[in-house]
Amino acid sequence: MKRRDPPKSPHLVTGGLGSPLLWRWHITMWTSILHRATGVALYVGGLIAAAWAVSLAAGPEAYAAFKALLGSIPGKVVMFGLTVSVFFHLASGFRHLVWDAGKGFDLKSANSGSVMIFAFAAAATLAIWAIASQMGAL
Amino acid sequence: MVSYRTPLGRARGLGSAKHGAGHWVSERVSAVALVPLVLWAVYSVLRLAAGDYGLAVHWIQEPLNATLTALTLAISFWHMHSGLRVVVEDYIHKPSTKTVLLLLNLFICGLAGALAIVSILKVALGAGIPGGV
Repeated sequence: MKRRDPPKSPHLVTGGLGSPLLWRWHITMWTSILHRATGVALYVGGLIAAAWAVSLAAGPEAYAAFKALLGSIPGKVVMFGLTVSVFFHLASGFRHLVWDAGKGFDLKSANSGSVMIFAFAAAATLAIWAIASQMGAL
Repeated sequence: MVSYRTPLGRARGLGSAKHGAGHWVSERVSAVALVPLVLWAVYSVLRLAAGDYGLAVHWIQEPLNATLTALTLAISFWHMHSGLRVVVEDYIHKPSTKTVLLLLNLFICGLAGALAIVSILKVALGAGIPGGV
């Protein structure tokens, strides 16, 4: 007879077909992992910023090539992702500072703060891209 | 294996517990500094994206812009190093891989940060437009 798998934590299994999930994603889990994910994305963004500085020092052709790369469709997708990441990481980072001060740990504040972080990231991203199109920056 | 050594005896020689707070604090201090700097940087990226090479050169030759750009880059790379270091320490447990990744993180941040700031200074301190009008 085949040995059965060792029992798993009940929070990681569904309990069989048709039974409800005992474990689900909470909004605070999303903000937690997305703070890290956007931080890693911004690491790439930092390297892009360094490439901007290097291209500026390299002269007009290099700078034009760099701008053309960021202005292309894939470049714009990356810049849009970085805009979302900047504002998410900024808002979530601000909340981390509040937490570090020992405030806002109760469930209600943690949940409503998470909603506000998502709302701020979305609103600020849309606003910046709207301003960018107004300024002719796209 | 049963160890008869005391908890203090086992902890001795494994490194001081006095440095973790320094890393934690520096990550937060850089975060606080980056809040205004990043907002300024987003605004600056919009202005630069709407302009060409000439505008970028004139922009970086303003002392305030050069200073804030260099500061933003320096503190960003410091913060990037702090953040990714924690990510590596949390998820990578194989000592050799972890050491290589921690070194890579340090060297990439150091190199890219230094390269970016030297490039900024070269243009900011240069007279006129290099290679141009």
